[in-house]
Amino acid sequence: MARRDYSLLGPDAKRAVETGLAAAEWYHTDVPRKEMKALMQRSDAPAIRDTVLWLGGMVLFAAIGIALWPSWWSAPFWLAYGVLYGSASDSRWHECSHGTAFKTPWMNDWVYNIASFMILRNPVTWRWSHARHHTDTYIVGRDPEIAVMRPPVFAKLILNFFGILDAWNGWGRMLLNASGRLDPEEATFVPESEKPKVVRVARIWVAIYAATIALAIWMGSILPLMVIGLPRLYGAWHHVMTGLLQHGGLADNVIDHRLNSRTVYMNPISRFIYWNMNYHVEHHMFPMVPYHALPKLHAMIKHDLPAPNRSIGSGYAEMWPALKRQLRYEDFFLKRELPSTARPYREDFHRAALGERDAAAAE
Amino acid sequence: MSQWIDACATDDIEEEDLIRFDHGGRTFAIYHSPEGKFYCTDGLCSHEQVHLADGLVMGHLIECPKHNGQFDYRTGEAKRAPVCVNLRTYPVKVEGGRVLVEVA
Repeated sequence: MARRDYSLLGPDAKRAVETGLAAAEWYHTDVPRKEMKALMQRSDAPAIRDTVLWLGGMVLFAAIGIALWPSWWSAPFWLAYGVLYGSASDSRWHECSHGTAFKTPWMNDWVYNIASFMILRNPVTWRWSHARHHTDTYIVGRDPEIAVMRPPVFAKLILNFFGILDAWNGWGRMLLNASGRLDPEEATFVPESEKPKVVRVARIWVAIYAATIALAIWMGSILPLMVIGLPRLYGAWHHVMTGLLQHGGLADNVIDHRLNSRTVYMNPISRFIYWNMNYHVEHHMFPMVPYHALPKLHAMIKHDLPAPNRSIGSGYAEMWPALKRQLRYEDFFLKRELPSTARPYREDFHRAALGERDAAAAE
Repeated sequence: MSQWIDACATDDIEEEDLIRFDHGGRTFAIYHSPEGKFYCTDGLCSHEQVHLADGLVMGHLIECPKHNGQFDYRTGEAKRAPVCVNLRTYPVKVEGGRVLVEVA
C-alpha cells in the first residue's frame, strides 16, 4: 500500500469514499433490544457526583497550590490540579459531546463548554469532528481524530504527553477562528451554518486568555497562568497515556471496532479521570450507552470481543512494539484473537477493505 | 399517489419506543409515544443515513444511535447537532388494533 495520506482533502479521503469505507455500516454485537434500551437510559446522578468531585477537587488543589506558591511544596497540588484540568477535561468533553453523561441537556452542555475550554477544543468544531470520528473510525483521510498515524512519529507522541503540539495547535486554531476563519480541513466537516458559533466561542476564549495574561503581567507572576492555560500542558499526560491506547497499533481502514479499538482494564483513579473510556470497543460499538453503564455493557458482550488488556502497562507492552514495527513497515497492525464464543471477523470483507497484501501481512 | 399501509399491530411497539418498518424499498420508523399515540417518520437519520430504530426514544425525542443527534418525531424537527435537516413525517391512524401509515 502506498504511504498513507491523512489529509481530509487528499487521495486517501477520495479513495475511502469510492471504496465504500466512508459512512459504512459497521459490525455490532447482537444485544437484545430490551437490554440495550436499559443500558441507554440516562441518569443525572452519577455525572453530578463525578462533576462535583472533579470541579471540587480542582478548587481544592488550586487553592492549596496558590496558598503554598511559590514554594516547591505547591508542586504536588499543581500536578493534581493539572491532571483534572488537562486530562479529566478530555473525557468530560468527550462524554458530554455525545450528550450521554447527564440526563438533563443543559447539564451536558454546561460541562461540555467548560471542558472544551480546558482541553482547548472549540466546542462547535469538535462536536462535528467527533461525529466524523464515530462515522469513520480510523479510516485514513476521513477520521480527523487519528492520534497515532503511520509511520508513528515518536517525538510527536512524547511531546504531546506535555500537551505541546496539541495545545500549540489549539491556541493557533483559536486565533484563526477568532479572526473569523475556519481551517480548510475543518470546513470539510463543519456546516457553513455553524461557522458563526465557532467564531463566537473562539473570541470569548481569546478574551479569557487575554485577561489571564494581563493579570499575570500586572502581578509579575505566572500564577494566573498556572490556573488557566498552563495546566493544559503540565496535566495532559494522563489523557495522552490513556488516549493512545484507544486505537494505537491496531488496524485502520476496517469497519469492525473489534479490529481497530482496544478495551483496557484500569485502576479506579484512571477510570474516574477517563470516565470509563477504557471500555473503548464497547463505546464505539454503542456510543449511546452512557459512561457509567459501560462496565455492564462490557460484561454483556465480552464473549464477542478480543480479551481486554489487563492493565495500562499490559496495553503499552502490546502496543509499543507494534508502533515500533510500523516505523519500518507501516502496514503492520495487531490483529487480536477472538474468543471461541465470538462471531468471527469478516475476513473476506476486511481483505477487500485492506487490500490483499495488508490482510495477508496481518495473518 | 398516497396509500394507507398496514404497518404493525399497536402492541408490537412498547410505549416510548419505536420499530423499523420497510415498505416499497423504503424504510420508516414507527413510534409509540408515552401518551399512547403513534407517529411515523423516515427510518434513516438525515445526518448519516443510520437506522433510527436502534436509537432511544426519550419522551417525544428520538436519538440517533450513531451520533446522538435528536429529532422530535411528532414533527420531524431536528433538535440537536449533528442533525440539521428535519425528518419527513407521515400520517398515521389506528384501526382495529393495527397501525396504518400513509406513504406517498
